[in-house]
Amino acid sequence: MAGLRARLSWRAATLVDLRDETPTARTLVLDVPDWPGHLAGQHVDVRLTAPDGYSTQRSYSIASAADGTRVELTVQRVIDGEVSSYLIEEFRVGDEIELRGPVGGWFVWRPNDTSPTLLVAGGSGVVPLMAMIRARRAAENRSLCRLVYSMRTPEDVIYADDLLRPGGPDVSVDVQLVHTRAAPPSSPRPAGRMTHAELARWAWPTDLEPHNYVCGPTAFVEAVADQLVALGHDSAQIRTERFG
Amino acid sequence: MAIGMEDGNALAGTLSEIFTVDVTAAQVRCASCGHTCAVANLHVYGPQPGSVARCPGCEAVLLRIVRTRSDAWLDVRGTMYLRVPLAAS
Repeated sequence: MAGLRARLSWRAATLVDLRDETPTARTLVLDVPDWPGHLAGQHVDVRLTAPDGYSTQRSYSIASAADGTRVELTVQRVIDGEVSSYLIEEFRVGDEIELRGPVGGWFVWRPNDTSPTLLVAGGSGVVPLMAMIRARRAAENRSLCRLVYSMRTPEDVIYADDLLRPGGPDVSVDVQLVHTRAAPPSSPRPAGRMTHAELARWAWPTDLEPHNYVCGPTAFVEAVADQLVALGHDSAQIRTERFG
Repeated sequence: MAIGMEDGNALAGTLSEIFTVDVTAAQVRCASCGHTCAVANLHVYGPQPGSVARCPGCEAVLLRIVRTRSDAWLDVRGTMYLRVPLAAS
């Protein structure tokens, strides 16, 4: 009996450009023919196959807003990460990879959402949240939005060109950076982990029924989600994505 | 690849091969402890040789998925139910 035809198929994606975001993170600009478009927060599976048939795959968040056949992924180098090592060290403009998607319907932001939005990122967890900021900008959605972004040092800020430009990424997006190991000299905030008091100040009042998105390493995501619940936020409106 | 824990969001691709709706947005109830959450919030280990999704409340196994060259094996015996959001009919 013939098997069911897979509903989701692998497509060839060609690297057309790349940008180094930090010493360990690189954005890959891919051209994916017949790309159906995506929602901010969705991801793709990337599959690599060696000449001997060995195959491995990994899920990556999309960094860009929907824009024709162009899809951007930001890859953080992971120690012993065979997919990330290949994508950062060997993948060159003109090369192809296999990709399927977009997938995921939970950790997504829709352009018609006018609820106040709090985006909380730990490290490379900023990737799907940046897609949300870019999708807001593309949709000219001016609802309240704040990004709280925690990273170790100033050189670890992914999308610094976009986030730190004068006026911020968008007039309606407030950006708060939390440097945990070393802060820039200009920062009024000393280096250190985000405190409960800071999150309480940056979170939107619960009366506004905000939508909260938290993405980052597991321990970071759990701590932030627990604090938001303690502040009275509806757990159904705290959407999380974790890795590591 | 480092063996690390991800969450149920990472299952979206494999589940989309089998189901027509996005199952990661469904609510799942654990048959062991009754904890109920989105499939996206399960603790997922894998994806090789397969993905194992555990309850964030008690770590019981709720879903196991193995994809071979020709088949997808889905074991849901740890799941009491899946509640899938659908557009009003």
